[in-house]
Amino acid sequence: MLDLALVQRTERSRAAAVLVPLIAVGLTLVCGTILLSLIGKSPSAVVHSFFIQPLSSLNGIGEILLKAGPLILIAQGLAIGYRANVWNIGAEGQLIVGAVAGGTLAIIFETSSSPLLLPAMMLAGAAAGAAWAGIAAFLRVRFSASEILTSFMLSSVALQLLYYLVTGPLRDPMGMNFPQSIVFGDAALFGALIPGTRSNTSLFVALAATIMAWFFMSRTIWGFRLVVGGLAPDAARYAGYSSARAIWVSLAVGGACAGLAGVGEVAGPLGMLQRNLSPGYGYAAIIVAFLGGLNPIGIVFAALLMALLYVGGDFAVVSAGVPNASATILQGMLLVFYLAASLLFTHRIVRRRAKAAT
Amino acid sequence: MIDTLVFVIGGMLAAATSILFASLGETVSERAGVLNLSVEGMMATGAAAAFGIATLSGSHLLGFIGGGLAAGLLSLVFAALVLVFYANQVAAGLAVGILGLGISAFIGKPFEGTTIDKIPKLDLPVISDIPLVGPILFNHDVMVYLAFAMIFVIGYVLKRTQLGRNLRAVGENPQAAAANGIPVRLVRCCAIAFGGFMAGIGGAYLSIAYTALWAEGLISGRGWIAVALVVFGSWLPHRVAFGAYLFGGISLLELSLQSNGVKLPSQLLSASPYLATILLLAFISRDQYRLRLSRPMALGQTYRNET
Repeated sequence: MLDLALVQRTERSRAAAVLVPLIAVGLTLVCGTILLSLIGKSPSAVVHSFFIQPLSSLNGIGEILLKAGPLILIAQGLAIGYRANVWNIGAEGQLIVGAVAGGTLAIIFETSSSPLLLPAMMLAGAAAGAAWAGIAAFLRVRFSASEILTSFMLSSVALQLLYYLVTGPLRDPMGMNFPQSIVFGDAALFGALIPGTRSNTSLFVALAATIMAWFFMSRTIWGFRLVVGGLAPDAARYAGYSSARAIWVSLAVGGACAGLAGVGEVAGPLGMLQRNLSPGYGYAAIIVAFLGGLNPIGIVFAALLMALLYVGGDFAVVSAGVPNASATILQGMLLVFYLAASLLFTHRIVRRRAKAAT
Repeated sequence: MIDTLVFVIGGMLAAATSILFASLGETVSERAGVLNLSVEGMMATGAAAAFGIATLSGSHLLGFIGGGLAAGLLSLVFAALVLVFYANQVAAGLAVGILGLGISAFIGKPFEGTTIDKIPKLDLPVISDIPLVGPILFNHDVMVYLAFAMIFVIGYVLKRTQLGRNLRAVGENPQAAAANGIPVRLVRCCAIAFGGFMAGIGGAYLSIAYTALWAEGLISGRGWIAVALVVFGSWLPHRVAFGAYLFGGISLLELSLQSNGVKLPSQLLSASPYLATILLLAFISRDQYRLRLSRPMALGQTYRNET
């Protein structure tokens, strides 16, 4: 047996930034394949439907871009908070509230053909998402209530709010009692990105958010203060930075991004308000944020990978007969392995004997 | 009126049992300094595993054991992440929680839509027939009483035994504990595993005793409420238990309001446990000074035994 030991690094490794996600993906592939072989699925069929099928048709690529958009957008917002040690895990609820706010505008101005309708919906969605997350910020700043717990609880409340609205005030009066709103007009929808697929121009919103997040975190003093305020509240207070502001900004930005993503869903593939607005983007974005190393550029790659898992999962259910839950398990595995491999950021593995010789 | 009283108070004990198991387990884990946010996923795994095992074997006992062990095994993944790989406890908890939800859906799939017998209620001679008191207190299944007993067992072990003192020392100041020869990581690992086992039992109670079915989303936030209750109960088993019974009462009140035709949107009633949790958290956390006295000092901090 190899006699290995862990030695703490003196500085953060650059190679690890690439190596760690690759190890996580590799281990997830191996374990996922073993798991699915155990229930009698042929590994090659599973790999084919998860990774080849989605990439071998225009439709599949469109679906990946469609799902990567909201994941990028939400994860950029969450990562800013996570770097400041503010744990917003309620993005799913903020997405729902944003979708409701934007969708309400689309319903009120049903017949409008104004080019301002969509921007107004985006503004309303971002504001509503930020306000919903702001409740958690208020509770944390004013009452010191843990934002981890309150933001999650608020998600459950938001879901019930949505159920209430689509079965009551916002239900389509001509919709035969289905729990859904009217179909939005064209002015309330994003245009197609690749003709013939469901992908749409809301992807540009996600890319704009990426550039802004990169600029904010690495080129401005505010980004620096935010991180300090979260990591070392005492030091931040001494330097005159406010940790309360870090909490407010983190949650508001995260909520606004999630709210925007919600508008992207109702003004994109859905075109209406309904009970199911998101296949868990708010939770998957947490994984994306970590897998991307909380780095704006890393998040884009992580979101594309996660979108591939989503789309591949759908293909695998249909063509390989894999259970629905497999995609969730793979997502969980990915984050578990990533966190384990993250040890390499701060440590390196050496042979014990080699260490003794030096 | 009497019927409603019997329904609410009697039902409260059963409705609280699942959350009670989970939150007592989380209390032990947090007293050892480990914040495990994967309770929801562990409960789900326990619930699905227990339902599958109980259905196949026909034995509720095996179901409970299997559910506890499945969630306990899952919690060891969390333990490895935070104790061996020095991962951030919040992130590791979220990761294992998601993994647990996936695993539960995976193992529960074949059993969706099926049902099993609930565990029988104890029918004690004479005392179960006492009016009012009988149906409220003495007409439950054995797990309701076991959960109640665990409040005192855990309270006693934490407060009065050497094991409990070691565990609390690890949660307050792991460096000092290690200097005194306490194996910090072993103690934390055991606390995490115990928390996982209890969460699994809690989930199992929900699937094979309370609802007698398995469905995705069965836990529906109970795991998170259990985590919140530990804060609410300021890390003391009897106060945590008080919170759990309070929540059992709220969920029962919700049901009886609905059945008595009170005109409120059903969605508002469904949201009420979460709204109540938010309000209670804000209320209990507002006094940071008092909260800081009861919170384990090292809670949430990564422990490294290297220099």
